[in-house]
Amino acid sequence: MSEIWVVFFTFLKIGMMSFGGGYAVIPFIQSQIVSQNGWINETVFTDIITISQMTPGPLAVNTSTFVGLQVSGFFGALAATIGCVLCGTLLSLGLYRFMKAHQSSVYVMEVLNALKSASLGLIISVAGTIVLSALCDGEVFNQSAWKLPALTMFVLLLAALRKWKLHPILVMGISGVIGLLVYQ
Amino acid sequence: MKQRLFTYGWLLSVNLFISTFTFGGGYVVVPMIRRFFVEKKQCFSETELMNMAAIAQSAPGAIAINLSALAGYRTAGIGGAFISCFAAILPPLIILAFVSAFYQSFISNPIITAVLKGMEAGVAALMVDLIIDMCTLITKQKSMLLTAMVPLSFLAAFCFRINAAIILCICALLSVLHIVWQRGNSQ
Repeated sequence: MSEIWVVFFTFLKIGMMSFGGGYAVIPFIQSQIVSQNGWINETVFTDIITISQMTPGPLAVNTSTFVGLQVSGFFGALAATIGCVLCGTLLSLGLYRFMKAHQSSVYVMEVLNALKSASLGLIISVAGTIVLSALCDGEVFNQSAWKLPALTMFVLLLAALRKWKLHPILVMGISGVIGLLVYQ
Repeated sequence: MKQRLFTYGWLLSVNLFISTFTFGGGYVVVPMIRRFFVEKKQCFSETELMNMAAIAQSAPGAIAINLSALAGYRTAGIGGAFISCFAAILPPLIILAFVSAFYQSFISNPIITAVLKGMEAGVAALMVDLIIDMCTLITKQKSMLLTAMVPLSFLAAFCFRINAAIILCICALLSVLHIVWQRGNSQ
């Protein structure tokens, strides 16, 4: 079997098993890419996570592109990325059509409502990690870790968002420019 | 036909745009989709967006890609889903291709690091803003069980590091049991 197929199927598996998204899936991706196939080593994998935080796009997609490129060039990257998103999008569409078709069923609607509540809980959990990392590098009890510029910016941007419904891209732009002025 | 091509073109450009600016994890896509699809074009309602977000989260894979595909499907059928999905993965694919060629100097570039450090606070504000809106929507349903599931799933994920799939399954199961129990009572 050619290398590209191995890449494709490995990322198909990663896409299929990565429930919850974001940082919850790092260990699984790591075990597949670093330990099982040895495509990249531990250090490069850590670098990919850093790059992923610095570039737009989901971690799994970024990792698949990076690894695909390293293993077999552009088509490797393409195969890895398609494999990575195929299962999730198809399942989402199937689930959506199923919910639409059974809108009148009390059970289906209640399950959907439960999924909504549970995913909000999961989103809050991810947001918790993001907020803490942005404001104090995750060290809540270490007073010197709290970053005053970040905290001020967070409070002001949140207030502006609640009051004027700022465009998300404007928020990213403003915070990026302030970051450049403050941290450089 | 012309109308259809126009919708495809709009989906392509809007998803390319959203995907290019989605720093800091997939959830920022939810306020972006809301801005373009719900508020600007009125393709679907806020409640429907929340349904889609729940489905995108419950299926495996990246929520950003799943949600883009769903929004595209809702707007222009299966062709719309395909185009949206394509447009959502294209920017990270291209950017990563560039970055991977010289990633050592990219990681250590002080200007890029400073901008991204600032953006962390922006992402944090966007997420909290989204969460406040979503909480309002859920408490509006006036269901004790559904409201209680939010802090409980949060605790399960944040403090006890329980796998997301397990949390989603347990909540779905509880809601079914709740209905069965309610029906049993009313008979």
